[in-house]
Amino acid sequence: MALSTDSAMTSPVANPMIPVPWRVQKARRETRDTFTLTLRPANGEPLPAFAPGQFNMLYLFGVGEVAISISGDPADQENLVHTIRAVGTVTRPMQRLKRGAVLGVRGPFGSPWPVEEAEGNDVVIVAGGLGLAPLRPALYRLLAHRQQYGRIVLLYGARTPRDLLYQRSLDQWQTRSGIEVAYTVDAAAEDWRGNVGVVTTLISKARFDPVHTTAMICGPEVMMRYVIMELEKLGVTDENIFISMERNMKCAIGFCGHCQFGPTFVCKDGPVFRYDRIEPFFKLRGV
Amino acid sequence: METLERLIEEHPFCHGMEKGYLELLVGCASNARFDAGQYVFRQGEEANHFYLVRHGKVAIEIHAQERGAIILQTVGEGDVIGWSWLVPPHRWMFDARAVEQTRAIALDGECLRRKCEEDHNLGYELLKRFAYLMAKRMEAARLQLINIHGPLD
Repeated sequence: MALSTDSAMTSPVANPMIPVPWRVQKARRETRDTFTLTLRPANGEPLPAFAPGQFNMLYLFGVGEVAISISGDPADQENLVHTIRAVGTVTRPMQRLKRGAVLGVRGPFGSPWPVEEAEGNDVVIVAGGLGLAPLRPALYRLLAHRQQYGRIVLLYGARTPRDLLYQRSLDQWQTRSGIEVAYTVDAAAEDWRGNVGVVTTLISKARFDPVHTTAMICGPEVMMRYVIMELEKLGVTDENIFISMERNMKCAIGFCGHCQFGPTFVCKDGPVFRYDRIEPFFKLRGV
Repeated sequence: METLERLIEEHPFCHGMEKGYLELLVGCASNARFDAGQYVFRQGEEANHFYLVRHGKVAIEIHAQERGAIILQTVGEGDVIGWSWLVPPHRWMFDARAVEQTRAIALDGECLRRKCEEDHNLGYELLKRFAYLMAKRMEAARLQLINIHGPLD
């Protein structure tokens, strides 16, 4: 089955270059360097619809703007949720924002995960580190329409137990949501009861039908490369593998060219790509 | 009751193995159970077995004086523990500790080495399977080494 990521695009805001003020409703620390901001429109306007996998440009006034994937539930009509790693000149001060602070938001932008096209298939989600954040909206959508899918498998890898995102949700999904969840860390001390090893080691143990599987992958590119190899070995075809790419996005609408990836722009043609469509560029070094 | 032969045959490590070889393995096999916290083996001890894990989870660890035990990898159902029985000087290079109650088939290394010397086809069959296992473990270890998620503290 040929899958497309084009069908579920949502309409962006009227003028995509003008940030709209949003207020921080909640700021939550997830890990030592990662936090989640829950936003509501400062002017009371209704929340623009977004599709799982899309991103917004968040503008910290006077500091700068960054592209951040939406990590909340697409069915949530009140809140816009982003999970952010504090690594740069914009995201570090963003981490200090408290309830009531105002941010500029442009979006949503980009291509979504193929959650509708995957109906009827098994779905394998593989995430590494912060890569779980852009996949979480897809997971919410899959769970809300659980009966539309075969097996749903979530495989997740992080650096250490302290770096696992959404730990409470992981345990809830594992125990009572009808999905198979396995997570692992790269390094742990002896009091850790979970798995240790890279996320690729979980793939061959997961139960799914490779011929009828849609795979969604997000994480460091080197991780995605090895995950794709494992999936291909099991028989998942490239047209059923979707990856989310990360590049330096500025305008978010395909004008500036900062996020060019081969013949595509990650902001407008991605960030979610069907693997067979970008495979030659994905394997090229320095693209 | 499940026979040893059946359990060995069903383990992924032995998938597709000729019946004659399976029978040779059974002759060197026994059931093993490890409670949570119990060591399967410790670094430096003589390596006289390898284990086909049926259920549970085992941590492969290295002990560092300054940091205590560091888990390098965990293995579980369908995995294999140990190849030091195959490689001189036949001493365990790491500790293996059951994280939860674990059931496994223990295969006697001395018994198998003897049979492999008598029947090189069996030796080649086992080496092929262990070479695949070692390659997979090395690939995973290298991915761990490059620290794809960023620097540790």
